[in-house]
Amino acid sequence: MRKYSVFAIAREAMRAHKGWDAQWSSPEPRAEYDVIIVGAGGHGLATAYYLAKNHGITNIAVLEKGWLGGGNTGRNTTIIRSNYLYDESAGIYDHAVKLWDGLSQDLNYNVMYSARGVMMLAHNVHDVQSLKRHVHANRLNGIDNEWMTPEQAKAYCPPLNISPDARYPVVGATLQRRGGTARHDAVAWGYARAASDRGVHIIQNCEVKGIRRSANGHVTGVETSRGFIGAKKVGVVAAGHSSVIMQMADVRMPLESYPLQALVSEPVKPCFPCVVMSNTVHAYISQSDKGELVIGAGTDQYISYSQTGGLHILTHTLDAICEMFPVFSRMKMLRSWGGIVDVTPDRSPILAKTPVPGLYVNCGWGTGGFKATPGSGHVFAHTIANDNPHPINAGFTLERFRSGRLIDEAAAAAVAH
Amino acid sequence: MLLIHCPYCDEDRPELEFRNAGEAHIARPENIAEISDEEFAQFFFIRTNPKGLIYERWRHIHGCARFFNAVRDSVSDKFLMTYKAGEKRPTVKAGEKA
Repeated sequence: MRKYSVFAIAREAMRAHKGWDAQWSSPEPRAEYDVIIVGAGGHGLATAYYLAKNHGITNIAVLEKGWLGGGNTGRNTTIIRSNYLYDESAGIYDHAVKLWDGLSQDLNYNVMYSARGVMMLAHNVHDVQSLKRHVHANRLNGIDNEWMTPEQAKAYCPPLNISPDARYPVVGATLQRRGGTARHDAVAWGYARAASDRGVHIIQNCEVKGIRRSANGHVTGVETSRGFIGAKKVGVVAAGHSSVIMQMADVRMPLESYPLQALVSEPVKPCFPCVVMSNTVHAYISQSDKGELVIGAGTDQYISYSQTGGLHILTHTLDAICEMFPVFSRMKMLRSWGGIVDVTPDRSPILAKTPVPGLYVNCGWGTGGFKATPGSGHVFAHTIANDNPHPINAGFTLERFRSGRLIDEAAAAAVAH
Repeated sequence: MLLIHCPYCDEDRPELEFRNAGEAHIARPENIAEISDEEFAQFFFIRTNPKGLIYERWRHIHGCARFFNAVRDSVSDKFLMTYKAGEKRPTVKAGEKA
C-alpha cells in the first residue's frame, strides 16, 4: 500500500494522477480461512482490521452480499457521540469516540472526523430531568456533557428557534463537545484499504446462504453464492439481516428489523455549526462538509426488509425540523432513502459468543451503530481472537435476555436511538 | 404508507389508523410463574423476524380499536391477508393472494 500524504499528492499531480493504486484488492476466495466475517460494512471491516492489526490474524475473509459499505454504513446520518446513560453503554461508545480521535492517522485515510458538538434539546420538564440525569451520569463515567440554557444553545447553534411561542419550545439542552460527525463512506473505505493492506480478503458480491457445522456443532464454514468457503471461526456482522444469517445456524435472535429513513437537502453554504437532536419531536440534523443538511427520521412501526419506508415518517420529521429551524422551511430536499436496522428489546447491541462454538455475533445496533464503528470492531476482534469478550463488551451478551441483566437504553432514551 | 384491511370494519384504511403490535401467534404461557428463564426469554424476547412471509398483529387503534392478525411479505411490504384475532394461523405461500 502506498502511503497517502501531501507528497503523494504532489507526486501524482506531476504525472496526471496515473500512479494511484486500487484502494483494496479483490482476490478470489481461498478454500479456507481462519476467520470469516459476514458483512463488509464499517463494523465488519473494522473487525477484520483490528484482528489483523492487534491479534496477528491475517488469514481473514470479509464476505459481502452487495458492495462494500452499501448497507447502513452508507445510509446513516454520521453522528458520533457517547452521552449514553448506563455504564456499559458509556464504556463502549466512549471507547469508540476515543478511537475516532486519531482514526485518520491510524488508517492513513481521512475519515473527516469533526468534533463539532452534539446538542440534545429538552422541550418539557421530563426532558430536562432526563437529560440532566444523563449529564450527571456521563460525568461520573468521565464523559464530557454539559447543560445549557436556551440562550446558550442559541449562541452555539444560531439557526435554532428558542421562541417560547414554538409548539414545543426549547427549555434547555445538553452539549457533548467531543461529539460530531465523520464521513461514513470514508470509514468503510479506510478500514477496507488498511485491512486489505494487511492481507485481509474482501470479497464482494458473495452472499452467505448457509452456515456449515461439524457433527459436534462447531462451525466449519459458510455456503455462499460462490461456493463453500471453510472457516474455523465465523463472525456475523450483518446489521438488519443478522437474524436471517443466525437462523442458518439455528440460533433465534431477540431482534426485529425495521426500515429507518434519512434525507439530505440541496447543498448550501455553511450555516449549521453542530449536530442537533431532539428525542421529543424526533428529528436530528447536521450539515455535511459538502453543504447538504443531513436529516434523520424515525423507524417505521412494522418489520420490513424493503430498504424504503413510509413518506409520513419523513414529513413528520420535516415538520419538527421546520419548527425548530424556521430558516430551513423553504429548503429543497434532494434525496431520501431507507436502511434496515436490527433492534433489540433493550436497544443495546449484542457483541458476543453464541451457543454455537466458533460462531460470534455483532448486531443489534439498531438506529445508532455508526458512532460505535471503531470501538465495536476493536472489541469484537478481541472477542473472536480470544474466544472471550473484552471487558468493554462483556455485558453485551445474548444471555442477558435470559438472565434479565438488560442494558436498558430503551427506557433511558424513551426512543430508539 | 400501507393500506390495511381491518377484518372487523371490513374496510381498507391508511396505516395511520393502525398500530403494529408485533409477531402474531405468541401465546403467553398459562403457568407464567413456573416457567424457566429460558422459556420466558423465548416467549418474551426471541422473535422470528422473518425475511419473507410474516404473521403479525395489528390494532385498529383509531378505528374499532380491535386487535387482528395479518400475513404480509416483509420484503415487498404487501399484505396477503388479514384475519380476526383468535382464528387459526392460515397457511399461505409467498406470492399467493389468499
